[in-house]
Amino acid sequence: MATVTHDGSIAVRIEYFAVLREHVGRAREELRTTAGTVGELYAELDQRYAFPALGRVKVAVNDEFRDWSSPVRDGDFVVFIPPVAGG
Amino acid sequence: MSHFEFSREPFTPERYRSRVSDPVAGGYASFEGWVRNHNDGRGVQRLEYEGYEALGIKEGDRIVAEAFARFPIARACCVHRLGVLGIGDLAVWVGVTAAHRDAAFAACRYIIDEVKTRVPIWKKEHYAEGDSGWINCEVRSSDAPAGSALP
Repeated sequence: MATVTHDGSIAVRIEYFAVLREHVGRAREELRTTAGTVGELYAELDQRYAFPALGRVKVAVNDEFRDWSSPVRDGDFVVFIPPVAGG
Repeated sequence: MSHFEFSREPFTPERYRSRVSDPVAGGYASFEGWVRNHNDGRGVQRLEYEGYEALGIKEGDRIVAEAFARFPIARACCVHRLGVLGIGDLAVWVGVTAAHRDAAFAACRYIIDEVKTRVPIWKKEHYAEGDSGWINCEVRSSDAPAGSALP
């Protein structure tokens, strides 16, 4: 999946859950970004969607928890995880 | 077989009890989480659980593995409901067996406590007044902006 273009942007898949899914109005999207880290990607999407204040949000890349400073790469599957409430 | 799973349909603990039966076990401790009719002073009519299943199963499995590392237990299993639940419905079940009861109780407690804070599951409560809210995600004006979630 070599979709890196001349502007250096990459393609990522995002899935939204719970309060973020309702806020964004869809469960998933694919987009191109020049963000270098998942934190930068979150900030970019926060600019677009004005995410609600959620306290401590976590992030997963390709179904594993990651630090906010982790790189985001072409083809990555990214999920932002609002505060959980199981049980 | 995974030690943690999600169920989109109602289930009974009896269905999973055989997963933790073991000839070395002298004790079985279990926890059932039920949907209650109130929370934070408000009447609750029903709730919805949503899960990020691929990561949830991995994290749930890690938690059970940690319980095996910490306590001398024989078997352990946890099942969490997803979807719409009514008052009194079973939301989560943990079953642990061990040679002796202390380890079974302790591991059961460890698993439910960790599942509640680590597994990506979200709960939306529907209130008697007709409104609803995602637990732990309520937006309050006093909260810092979302960007502050970043370290």
